[in-house]
Amino acid sequence: MSSHNESILREPLVTGKDITYAQVTNDILVPVENKPNKAWWIGFTLASLGALLWVVCVGYTFWTGIGAWGLNKTVGWAWDITDFVWWVGIGHAGTLISAVLLLFRQNWRNSINRAAEAMTIFAVICAATYVVAHMGRPWLAYWIFPLPNQYGSLWVNFNSPLVWDAFAISTYFTVSLVFWYCGLLPDIATVRDRATGLRKRIYSILSFGWTGSVKTWQRFEIVSLILAGISTPLVLSVHTIVSMDFATSVIPGWHTTIFPPYFVAGAIFSGFAMVQTLLLVMRKVLNFKNYITMFHIESMNKIILVTGSIVGIAYLTELFIAWYSGSEYELYAFTNRIGGPYAWAYWAMMTCNVISPQLFWFKKIRTSIPVSWVLSIVVNIGMWFERFVIIVTSLHRDYLPSSWAMFYPTWVDVGIFVGSIGLFFTLFLLFLRFLPGIAIAEVKLLLKSSSLQHKTKLVQAGHFPPEQVEHFKHALSSKYDSVTEEDIKELEIKQQ
Amino acid sequence: MSNIKFILGSFADPDDLMDGIDRLQANNVKIYDCFTPMPIHGIEAKLGVKPSRLPIAAFCFGALGTILGISLLYYTMVSDWPMNVGGKPAFAMPDFIPVTFEVTILLCALGMVSTFFYRTHLFPGRAPRVMDIRATDDRFIIAIDAKENTEHDKIESLLKEAGAVEVKFNERKYISYE
Repeated sequence: MSSHNESILREPLVTGKDITYAQVTNDILVPVENKPNKAWWIGFTLASLGALLWVVCVGYTFWTGIGAWGLNKTVGWAWDITDFVWWVGIGHAGTLISAVLLLFRQNWRNSINRAAEAMTIFAVICAATYVVAHMGRPWLAYWIFPLPNQYGSLWVNFNSPLVWDAFAISTYFTVSLVFWYCGLLPDIATVRDRATGLRKRIYSILSFGWTGSVKTWQRFEIVSLILAGISTPLVLSVHTIVSMDFATSVIPGWHTTIFPPYFVAGAIFSGFAMVQTLLLVMRKVLNFKNYITMFHIESMNKIILVTGSIVGIAYLTELFIAWYSGSEYELYAFTNRIGGPYAWAYWAMMTCNVISPQLFWFKKIRTSIPVSWVLSIVVNIGMWFERFVIIVTSLHRDYLPSSWAMFYPTWVDVGIFVGSIGLFFTLFLLFLRFLPGIAIAEVKLLLKSSSLQHKTKLVQAGHFPPEQVEHFKHALSSKYDSVTEEDIKELEIKQQ
Repeated sequence: MSNIKFILGSFADPDDLMDGIDRLQANNVKIYDCFTPMPIHGIEAKLGVKPSRLPIAAFCFGALGTILGISLLYYTMVSDWPMNVGGKPAFAMPDFIPVTFEVTILLCALGMVSTFFYRTHLFPGRAPRVMDIRATDDRFIIAIDAKENTEHDKIESLLKEAGAVEVKFNERKYISYE
């Protein structure tokens, strides 16, 4: 049952006084049921201007061809694939939070999974646009799929990782979308049953006729569990296959067996950083402090620290192997990265991805909201540079010194990248406006086990040894910004 | 005979709802269904709802995906148009794993979710069969068929004893949506 007594050593996942089931619904639906506030409009205006820039730049690319980009004969992949891998990487946290953390029964996922999954879907949309755009003739994009045709049929080459990638990304997008939407059904039904008029009709269509009967919930839970079970290997396979786009080639610097785990760790790293960037703003602007607590922020920072360290080890391993392999081309590729004309990019990557996340070892930093926010952005800057370093520095010094070249982006390159961020935020802000940004039903599950209110009641009834209560109080007072001193004073045994 | 079709016990707390189910069952009152804003663990066992067979559907769709995936690859790469690339075998099994895997996952997910929607009658535009409007918000509802269980006063007192905040006697099964 939902009301089993969780240990007091575990920090609360929902804070606040008098949090009832109705209160949860009211709090979370504020942005959905009311006119958006000024912050939303400012954000939306900026984001849609960015999206407009994206439309212009992508339109220009389609019109003139990819000669509009700064590519040359030597550097045939640059910002396009850098941005693609960056967005796909960001898109990994959502499924990781909703699937892997579900399998591990990490209840703190309940309040952040919805926004993270939405972020995944929008990030994958951004990523997919680069794949289509970089093809040169985007109207023939369907050629990547094995469709019968008048050339034989001439099939696609299933030995090519680029074809695997098309399958992986489209499967990932579809499964993430289905997972997200299934989870949304009960919450859309909540909005529906509180709305009137046209809104009610629209949400009624979107809710698929959800009722919340016993059998529906039973099936819903099974579906969530199995989707989580299959999404976990899926999410690992997607970035593994993305890394194989590089690793199966013979370019020094790409031809590496550690790419799959290294890319997956990097993807989780950047994905969590993006979730952190978004959620810290969301909790402030939409006043979700009681649902996205310091425990959530700290947990995400810990994951960023772990994955950042894995990425750091991968960088060092690459360097070691470049030397130890005895392959002069390999060694040259890495010496060129460290000390060549793109050294600034390499060291930007090293600083942002390996050094600055180590600051999260300090609890003060891990639990400081402004610092976490800045560091999460730094991580994503670093992860962009990682992809840029891998792609451009490996290509720009070709086998023949006569064809060595540098890459300089054009305004179209920059516009598509900046514009895609605008597109991403436009979609995300629309999501927050029209759909519940926190999974209402799943947060309700936490009320009678992991909420501060419930734990306070248990402490007052004397269920826990005093030293554990002391520990709990310390945890609350030392980091929770949503817990007041009065809340902590309540944590005393009271005579009935 | 009254026109009452359904009796709805409305609870504010899931534990009270479970208590209500126990009390009704101890008095041989058959429960039609329960509607809750969140999943209640253990309620299926109490109400005798059988475990879902969706995992079987998921497995079958996944297996179908594997077969279709590998067949597609075998047909295109080995049977229909084998290509000699540096004398390497056309049937390059390791290269077939990623696509087969993705097709397996895709079919498993889509097949299972479609089965879920089909069996639960969920589809876009379906008129919601809602018995109590607050069942998706903050109330936990026990619905009892009033025609089958005629001792209405007793049911009401049982529900109240268990902690129901409200007991409704509805003449319509579903509240209107028009």
